[in-house]
Amino acid sequence: MTARGLLYLLLVVFVAYYMLPLFVMVITSLKDLDEIRAGSLMSPPDRVSLESWGTAWSSACAGILCEGLQPFFWNSVKMVVPAVLLSTLLGAVNGYALSQWRFRGANLIFALMLFGCFIPFQVVLLPMARTLGLLGLAGSLSGLVLVHVVYGLGFTTLFFRNFYVTVPTELVKAAKIDGAGFFTIFLRIFLPLSPPIIVVTVIWQFTQIWNDFLFGVSFSQAGTQPVTVALNNIVNATTGVKEYNVDMAAAIIAGLPTLIVYVIAGKYFIRGLTAGSVKG
Amino acid sequence: MAEPDQSVLAIEKLSKSFQNTAVLTNIDLAIAEGSFLVLVGPSGCGKSTLLNCIAGLEEPSSGRILIGGRDMTGVPPKDRDIAMVFQSYALYPRMSVAKNITFGMQVRGATRAEQKSALERVSGMLKIDHLLERRPAQLSGGQRQRVAMGRALVREPRLFLFDEPLSNLDAKLRVEMRAEIKRLHQRLGASIVYVTHDQTEAMSLATEVAVMEGGIIVQRGPPQEVYDYPVNTFVAGFIGSPAMNFIEGHIRKDGGAVRIEIPFDGKTMAVPAEHYPFVGSTEDGTKVILGIRPEYVTGRDRASGDEEVSLELVPTLVETNGFDQHVNLAFGPAEISGRFSPREQIEIGTPLPTRIDLSQMSVFDRKTGMRL
Amino acid sequence: MSAWLTRHIPKIAVAPSLAAVLFFVYGFIAWTGYVSLTRSRILPRYQLEGLDQYAKLFRTPRWDVAMENLLVFGVLFIAVSVALGLLLAILLDQRIRAEGAIRTVYLYPMALSFIVTGTAWKWILNPGLGIEAVVRSWGWEDFRFGWLVDPELAIYTVVIAGVWQASGFVMALFLAGLRSVDQEIIKAAMVDGVSLPRIYASIIIPSLSPVFLSAIIVLAHLAIKSFDLVIALTGGGPGYATDLPATYMYAMAFSRGDLGQAAASATVMLMTVAAIIIPYLYSQLRQSHD
Repeated sequence: MTARGLLYLLLVVFVAYYMLPLFVMVITSLKDLDEIRAGSLMSPPDRVSLESWGTAWSSACAGILCEGLQPFFWNSVKMVVPAVLLSTLLGAVNGYALSQWRFRGANLIFALMLFGCFIPFQVVLLPMARTLGLLGLAGSLSGLVLVHVVYGLGFTTLFFRNFYVTVPTELVKAAKIDGAGFFTIFLRIFLPLSPPIIVVTVIWQFTQIWNDFLFGVSFSQAGTQPVTVALNNIVNATTGVKEYNVDMAAAIIAGLPTLIVYVIAGKYFIRGLTAGSVKG
Repeated sequence: MAEPDQSVLAIEKLSKSFQNTAVLTNIDLAIAEGSFLVLVGPSGCGKSTLLNCIAGLEEPSSGRILIGGRDMTGVPPKDRDIAMVFQSYALYPRMSVAKNITFGMQVRGATRAEQKSALERVSGMLKIDHLLERRPAQLSGGQRQRVAMGRALVREPRLFLFDEPLSNLDAKLRVEMRAEIKRLHQRLGASIVYVTHDQTEAMSLATEVAVMEGGIIVQRGPPQEVYDYPVNTFVAGFIGSPAMNFIEGHIRKDGGAVRIEIPFDGKTMAVPAEHYPFVGSTEDGTKVILGIRPEYVTGRDRASGDEEVSLELVPTLVETNGFDQHVNLAFGPAEISGRFSPREQIEIGTPLPTRIDLSQMSVFDRKTGMRL
Repeated sequence: MSAWLTRHIPKIAVAPSLAAVLFFVYGFIAWTGYVSLTRSRILPRYQLEGLDQYAKLFRTPRWDVAMENLLVFGVLFIAVSVALGLLLAILLDQRIRAEGAIRTVYLYPMALSFIVTGTAWKWILNPGLGIEAVVRSWGWEDFRFGWLVDPELAIYTVVIAGVWQASGFVMALFLAGLRSVDQEIIKAAMVDGVSLPRIYASIIIPSLSPVFLSAIIVLAHLAIKSFDLVIALTGGGPGYATDLPATYMYAMAFSRGDLGQAAASATVMLMTVAAIIIPYLYSQLRQSHD
């Protein structure tokens, strides 16, 4: 076999490795329970049945609620949209102020925010639970939005700062001489420059917040759980018959929004990932 | 309001330091209406910081700045009646050329009609009428430069500030734009402060040059004066290209006669200095540096003054540029450079009859570097 | 007043975020640190009692298991992800066809929630109907693959799922690094007659050391925070065989009602992360400002 052939063989083997779980999930979700118990993991379904998808969406039991993933899916949407918008907006303003208006202490502030991205969130769980209680936000979606905005700020600020830092500071000087102030310069000159980094940030934040489990499981209650928590509850339900096909359908539903974003805008997703780890 | 002082710009005892590092020390400077002042110096000499202070983009640590007689302390850039052109042009990337030029007027609340007429005037003057709808990214370097100037011109300010505006252009365009800026200055009679590290640019543009080093203004005056009478070895070496030749020697006083003795090839060469306009008194034996510009080191066929010495020097390197030959000549352990006629036959290693015209020499104290 | 406002507006704009970070990050860290020094149970008590909670923590076998698991999981997860990521990046860097599509496939797991990943692998690895059954159906009747339910081996299933999720990300980092290697150096080496494997081994890979560092830092950070994956895949079980510090902390905080232990374990986690992250951030920030 030629070296080139071996190369492609290896690449294909790895494609199979990464696709396998998704493939298994999809085919399992399309089988009925009898076929799952009898058949093999990897064989395609004899009869395609969408029943488990229906169950997963609207009638599977997550904890005490048996309405499927549907209500939780919308919880996630209601949580993600404001959290992403707010954290992105704040990150943009912070990044702009910290990179283009280098006041005394700007670097220290940036370092403080950056470290905030990397803390294990376990260290804030207890006081956060108490604070949300004091604010009257315990178990509410607003509380989760607050949590995600606060702990997303570090990354959104990092993205925008590293983007704006490449813009020559002369632009701000020129605009100051033209008579524009802080917010005019931001709105008229910097925001129009920013669509690429806005896309990166929105995708990053969307993925992070949608996929979050720790905050969701810690700070929500039966009616306000996000979809990841509900999925876990469905899969790890200890009562009743284990419905693997429903589990798989639910897992796909929970993963679908971020997967779609990834397929549509993978380039920006990767940019966010790499920006979060290698800077400059 | 305006004091009787006729200076457009007056800087008084201005100092600036960043975190205990002094960047500018005790700068005093005043320029008259219509002058073209070029601040020139190597990078890090503080020239850009000084310009930023004038613009109000940085605050002086002490001292004050007056523009049109008005104290500018605490006055934001937009209210200083200035306009500035930047090295990177600093064009607003997402705005059209027209928008770039009128943005300032718009922010200040000018009417559409005012903006339009100002735009027409300026774009006509700079010949950028056909570019008005383009984005900066769609312009060439020279066009961007023009737009940046248009943005400044439209302000009709009391004082124009230029921060290395030609550094990002290629050599040919730089010469063109240089001429353009000079023409604009002559036509508008505007007052300009211009920062550059390029001494050629400084010489060709300025009505007045201020040479800066280490946060102070070392010398200030008309370009020719700075060229002919540099106050120290730094200015002498910085202004002029190729650089001035420095030859070490010492002063010898013999009754009324003053001469400079230069050890050369085991002998001593004596350079008469009777006519040299010494700034102060000099002592016998003072160690000096003799500064001679390359154009005064020439060949036999070039006319020369009375005060000259003739020598045979060995060429080590010849560079031709068509109208001149730049020749490096061994001079004792060192080398000096000269300019020879392109017709002269020069061979490396073959002694070459050389004349050194001493009428335009400079003498510096070797210890302090100051002009004697 | 307005001049003052003009001067300080950048600071005012950042102030709310800074205040939030100071309160919700640093204030909370301080609170947790403080509570870890008390005998808080279900409710916080504020008398300081010294380092008792830490002494108790390090005496607890379950915490030992969690830390051991973190070590095993962390080392394997990082090593395998880096090795696999680098291999994939080098394979993809050979001017292959359909590179974009293949890259997309390698990286998509990173877009998924660990909960989804855990759910999928839990199904694939379950002994009754998963891989084990598949291999048996191929005629290998004695094949056993019961890692998921074996207390000794269950932690390795977490490694498998974790590597599956994160290796594509490492691949993306390395690929970006490979693409930024100066092509002229490679051409010069080829002109000198150096073979391609040698070029990779002695020129390209050594030049990627900053990428190695970044990848290891990010993976270590992921490993220490790992919570969702364990919850979804094994639930920390069998027993507490696959507990990690994160799940231990969560159990203490929300099911055992032992705030003191939860705070102490969270503080240890923070220290571990800080020991890795702070020098890294420091070096990165210094580089970008010089």
